[in-house]
Order: sequence, then structure tokens, then C-alpha cells
Amino acid sequence: MNSASRHIFFAIFGAALLAFLGWGMRGLSPFGHYPGPYGDILNAVASNERHVQNVVTAVVFDYRGFDTLGEEFILFASVTGVLLLLRKEKGSEDERCAPEPPHEKTAGVIDAATEDVTRVFSPGIIGTILIFGVYMVLTGHLSVGGGFQGGAILSAAWLMIFLAYGSEAFHSVSRQSILEWAEAGAAGSYVLIGCVGLICGRAFLTNVLPLGQTGDLLSSGTILLIDCAVGVEVTAAFVLLLVHFLKPLEEETPVRTP
Amino acid sequence: MTGFRIFQGVTLALVALTGAAVVFTRDPKRQVFIAGIYGALQGILYFSLHSPDVALSEIAVGSIALPALVLATLAKLEKVK
Repeated sequence: MNSASRHIFFAIFGAALLAFLGWGMRGLSPFGHYPGPYGDILNAVASNERHVQNVVTAVVFDYRGFDTLGEEFILFASVTGVLLLLRKEKGSEDERCAPEPPHEKTAGVIDAATEDVTRVFSPGIIGTILIFGVYMVLTGHLSVGGGFQGGAILSAAWLMIFLAYGSEAFHSVSRQSILEWAEAGAAGSYVLIGCVGLICGRAFLTNVLPLGQTGDLLSSGTILLIDCAVGVEVTAAFVLLLVHFLKPLEEETPVRTP
Repeated sequence: MTGFRIFQGVTLALVALTGAAVVFTRDPKRQVFIAGIYGALQGILYFSLHSPDVALSEIAVGSIALPALVLATLAKLEKVK
């Protein structure tokens, strides 16, 4: 199919899609208008029922906790899939290649290319990111934040370590075995926290722990625990991804002869 | 309230513009950076639509994690070439 006929096809079906979309959007409620009852009901009852200040977190980790469990295992499964694709087996094509001659530079290409400004400011930035990420994970039930957000922010600190201090430093703070245990353990502990409800004779993922005082750090029962589990899981999953995606760059460093 | 509406409109327009810019950029290396800006602007848009939770994850994933992974992949491809 040549370019001109492709454009004609696009014009016809693009116009049809646009018309269909416009027709569909005419049926939507006006911008900013919320028609459903659930949000209003939850806003009214969640604070009293679950002792939380952030209703979103209560919905995500309690009222719809089972959905989030599936969501967490989507992340878990996709990271596992990526690691499976990027793995290097013994005797695979890459391994059989003759080892590259050792590099001239001792610190590796990335270290040499690190800007001074990155080096100077990175300790402050890494520290700020870490504290902010932990704060996000721990205060999901009190203010904006939660395990997913905090975990994604925390993994940025690892990226910063790679950028500022090079691959060796990055590797020393991200041992793969520890990360794998952390990821799997955190994902599993979500299920275990859910099973506590079953042991107490209630439904799976029922919030059976003491709820505490609204506004306290230690409050909201299982929400805080699940929040922390998700935070650890997301951080470990993202850092595992980083480890595997940054591996090809890291091979610029002197080859360790087996 | 009208000021906030203008803020929403401006961010919506910017997200639309940068979204188109991501598509029309042909060089992958430039594309990564524009995609990062697109992610950050999307974060601001979600913030303007009263969902700061989503905004935080969008900023962390869309403007940090995604560009980093794509850049790493591009670097690997360049090494293979």
C-alpha cells in the first residue's frame, strides 16, 4: 500500500472515529461534575469507619483492597516477565562470545562522563528523594501518597546513585538476591495480611487490626501495613528493572575474568 | 475559581501539544526527553484535576522511570550497532 492511499484510508477512518468519539462525549456529564453516589458516600463514611484522612488510600488498600492485590501482582508478573526476557543463561550467545579486552578507563565510561554538578548535588538529592519516598509510603493514610507513589519515588534514588556514582556503587546497593526476596516477600505479605482477616473468621482482607486515633501515624489498621508492603514491593520491582536495563551500560567497566 | 479553570485549560492544552510533539519527533533520543516533559506535564494536569495521588505516580513513572529505561535501551542498541 503506497503512502497516498494510506493517507486516504486514514482520512476516512480518522473522520469516522472522530465523529464516533464526539457522539460518545456528548453523552458524558459536564466537565467537573460527578454523578455517581459512591465517592460522596465514601467521603462521608471512610474517615469514621477506617480512621483515615486520605479516603483514596482507604479505597485502594481497604474497600477495594482485592483489586489492588491483583494490581500488585500485575506489577510482580510483568517484572518477572521482563527479568525472564533479559536473563543471561550460561552458554547463551552473549556468554559464548569471547570476553572483551579490558577497558582502558578504570571507572568506566559513565563515571568519566558524570558531570561535576551531578556529583556535587547528588548526595543532597538522593537523601531528599529517599526521605520523601519513605514519608510518602508511611503517610499514605494521612495525606497524599501511598505505597505505589512512594515506591516509584524511592526507586528514583537508585537511578540517581547510578548517574552520580557509577555502576559499581549502584550494584553494591542493589544486590539482586536481596531485591528479589524483598519483592517476593512484600508481594506475599499482602496476601498474608489479607489472611489475617480469614483467621479472625471474617472475609479476606478485612481490616481487623485496631484502627487507632485518626491522624496518628500508627492508625488505620491493616491499611498502613499493606501500604508499607506495597511500598517495598514497588521499590524492589523498579530497582530490579533498573538493574537489568542498566546492565548493558555497566558492561563498559573492566571485564571481570571468570 | 476562574483562575483555577484557566490553569486546567492551559495544562490540558500543553499536554495535548507535548503529546503531539512526542508523536511527531522522529529521533528517539529527542523523543525520550519530550516524553519526559510530557509525563511531568501530565502530572501537573492530574494535580489540576484534584488527583494529587495520581500526579505523584505519573511524575515518578512518566518523567523519571520511563525515560531512564528507554535511554538505557537506546544506549544498548547503539552499542550493538
